Amino acid sequence: MRKLEFLIRRLLTSFLVLIGVSIITFALARIVPSNPAALYIGPRARPEDIERVSRELGLDKPITVQYIRYMKDVLHGDLGNSIATKRPVRQEISGRFPATLELLFTAMLLAVVIGVPLGVISAQWQGKWVDVIVRTSSIFGVSMPAFWLGLLVQIIFFRSLGWLPLSGRVDSDLRFTNPIEIITNFYLLDTILTHNWIAFKDVALHLVLPAFTLAAYPIGLIARMTRAAMIEVMGQDYIRSARAYGLPNRLIIYALALKNAIGPTLTVIGLTVAYSLTGAFFVEVIYNWPGLGLFTVHSLLNIDYPAIMGITLFGATGYIFINLIVDILQAWIDPRISLN
Amino acid sequence: MTMPLLQVQHLHMEFKTSRGTLRALNDVTFDVQPGEIFGIVGETGCGKTVTGLSILGLLPQSATITQGRILFDGNDLLKYSSKEMRKVRGAQIAMIFQDPTTSLNPVFTLGKQLSWVIREHFGISEKEARLRISQMFESVGLPDVERIMRSYPHQLSGGMQQRVMIALALACQPKLLIADEPTTSLDVTIQAQILALLKELCNRFGISIILITHNLGVIAKTCDRLAVLYAGRVVESGPTRDVFKNPQHPYTNGLMRAIPKPSRHGERMEVIPGTVPLNSGDVVGCAFAPRCKFTMERCRQETPTLEAVGYDHYAACFLREENRVG
Amino acid sequence: MAIESKTISLEVPVHGESPLKQMLGIIARDPLSLLSTVIIILFILMAIFAYQIAPYPEEGAGKTHATNTMLVPSQEHWLGTDRFGRDVLSRVIVGSRSALIVPIGVVVFAILIGAPLGAIAGYNGGWIDEVIMRVTDLFLAFPFLLLAMAITAALGRGLNHAALAMIISWWPWYTRLVRGVTISLKQRAFVEAARAVGVRDSVIILRHILPNIISPILVQATVDLGTVILAMGGLAFIGLGTQPPKPDWGLMISDGRSYILKQWWLSTFPGLAIFIVVLAFNLIGDTLRDIFDPRQYQ
Repeated sequence: MRKLEFLIRRLLTSFLVLIGVSIITFALARIVPSNPAALYIGPRARPEDIERVSRELGLDKPITVQYIRYMKDVLHGDLGNSIATKRPVRQEISGRFPATLELLFTAMLLAVVIGVPLGVISAQWQGKWVDVIVRTSSIFGVSMPAFWLGLLVQIIFFRSLGWLPLSGRVDSDLRFTNPIEIITNFYLLDTILTHNWIAFKDVALHLVLPAFTLAAYPIGLIARMTRAAMIEVMGQDYIRSARAYGLPNRLIIYALALKNAIGPTLTVIGLTVAYSLTGAFFVEVIYNWPGLGLFTVHSLLNIDYPAIMGITLFGATGYIFINLIVDILQAWIDPRISLN
Repeated sequence: MTMPLLQVQHLHMEFKTSRGTLRALNDVTFDVQPGEIFGIVGETGCGKTVTGLSILGLLPQSATITQGRILFDGNDLLKYSSKEMRKVRGAQIAMIFQDPTTSLNPVFTLGKQLSWVIREHFGISEKEARLRISQMFESVGLPDVERIMRSYPHQLSGGMQQRVMIALALACQPKLLIADEPTTSLDVTIQAQILALLKELCNRFGISIILITHNLGVIAKTCDRLAVLYAGRVVESGPTRDVFKNPQHPYTNGLMRAIPKPSRHGERMEVIPGTVPLNSGDVVGCAFAPRCKFTMERCRQETPTLEAVGYDHYAACFLREENRVG
Repeated sequence: MAIESKTISLEVPVHGESPLKQMLGIIARDPLSLLSTVIIILFILMAIFAYQIAPYPEEGAGKTHATNTMLVPSQEHWLGTDRFGRDVLSRVIVGSRSALIVPIGVVVFAILIGAPLGAIAGYNGGWIDEVIMRVTDLFLAFPFLLLAMAITAALGRGLNHAALAMIISWWPWYTRLVRGVTISLKQRAFVEAARAVGVRDSVIILRHILPNIISPILVQATVDLGTVILAMGGLAFIGLGTQPPKPDWGLMISDGRSYILKQWWLSTFPGLAIFIVVLAFNLIGDTLRDIFDPRQYQ
């Protein structure tokens, strides 16, 4: 079973990469110039306190022992406590991540739903005015800093037009009028599940600007990549022979060629998710979105190293996971991949 | 002679490139009778493939047909709309290409690819399509229909893939099959099998086949009539036997000498020195003149046209005329 | 039949025009790329002569001016002034040093580290290749901006540390690219021939491999510069990069953020500067990539 073998090999490499990633993450925390123990206690630490906390944190042990201890904790789901909030980093992440994920997911959905068709249309009319417009706007999309685009659309859609809310995830009044019952912590889903349509509308409206701001870059990237892949595929012999058999254009483009072209597009989508995770941090800062991003920025600025380590490890794990899924999807779409 | 199935008349075709216009076909004329195998032969770059693509209306966007007619069953295909042309492709005229490994879509099973074509042209159900496919597979000599239908192209050998291509092309019972170097990418024993298969299909279903190849040996074994193409022009055409017995154009002669013969084992195979001019639009006089052993003054100034040299046998060369005069 | 091929092989320049000349030729023939190049050159000149061009050079560097705060764009202050009364135009001009020149330096250093490693890995193969590529894979396993952020935070915020962090997280891309090109070149006839007749490795690398690596690297670098500028702008935006009172486009956007509804000019103009520069790089990159695509080696 070649497919199974491929899957196992791929899982194994992912696991090895994860170990490497954890080493880099751990090393990062050790190049923090000031003493972590001192950071942990705060500005008014006495020498004896520092020594005590050092011992508690195991900082007096050799570095390998420290790493093994750290990994043991990580494997038990313990990422340490945040210096700033004193709460477990795992809780901080898991409490905030759903908000980020809801934003990220909406943005990626937009990116795929808009980007892929744009790329296909652009390739279909290569060199025509539609193509020129799509190409130009996709280059605009990838050239726009999210942290600037966010402000621009706030000026336009909040200040000038007044169509959409400025920031936040829900209107603060909603807490009293139509409180959201938390089930999954994805507000869109929760409001649907509880038939809380007023809150749903509010949540959706709050999501529009951040999601589009975050989606601008992926839309551009996916459209460009889909276009390039489609143009390449359309020049292949098997497309010519499909024409020679009299298959209609629609079928050739949307059923045949698109499946051939989706491989490279998937890779880009995977890359984009990772890019958008950090992109989401900026968007969250701009829109005061109560997700992981605001917490991350605070941790970074305050050298909250357990939090930074936790988030980095979490982000890298997510990225490795996404790449794994992309590879599996590709092997599933293209039967030749599992061979090499 | 009966009414020809296909008549290509005075076809001129050009490519627009970044370096200007490139004349690819120059006054190409030939006809194909019902139920015959017609060979088109020539070196790489002499316009064989684009002739085939012109008939199917599959030329790239940079190409334009500037003159000529392509009559199929008496109707000019060049006047067809793209929608009408699509109805012709597959159902009336089908084409198979040189490399079966790149001509089948790698990400779909063969069954899927076949059923699309059949359902498109016959509008029948998936189940009926499957039935027809298995009949098709049997007629091209593919065993184990179910397994092949579930396979992806890369899981089959080149010869099997080419059989699938042929099955695909025949699925809609076209009247004409254009086979562009169908055996070039296959090894020798498989080549013979595929040629035999084409011949058998021609006899069994009465379809006409245009066999495009650079190998005159293949033509000798397979074709009833042939046309020799050089630099976008037909330089000689006629019944295979006559042309082989009595080649009238030095180029045909050269190609014949280039066929490896088992009887002359160990002898050096002759090659024609030089290459085909890329742009036949630039050429003054006979395009073959620079490579010809018998070039005369006249060959560099005038372009010879096809003249009858025997029954249904034509050649475009001054040599015969001069010999007769001299 | 010769249906013109759009992709010129990357190996063509071996004995023909120099790759740089070829690229310049391509850019010169495309009006949009030409315009983009002119814009980038103007921005670079602006960065070099920032203090000569800026109407209020001291304010550009950070000097405050308590009486002129939050002035709308006018004849005196074309792009207005900020909450410390500093001329926004001057700060945009001076800010180009950290927002544009530093990213260019980051890419250059990333190439200087990544490219030789890639050439060594690709040329030698074996365990050296294995070691280098596995390390590369590790770095590429992180979402790159997240890694850059974490490294900057660990080193301590500031422009130099941000730049260093960017180099550390960016070099592996060039290792991967150059390794791919080197491997494909190694299999080419002229390199194999040179090896067969016993030409020294160093000579082969300098004479046959290096000239052919240059164009894919240059194309990739052009494509990457937009991304690196955006990333460094992002680092500055969240406060990890350039520290006040020094100017930086990303930092200025962040500073102006609280005032966008009234003093829109504070964030708008530095953002526009980033956008224009990145757009220019992407337009050139897009044209170059159409002609020779470095991705074919990855």
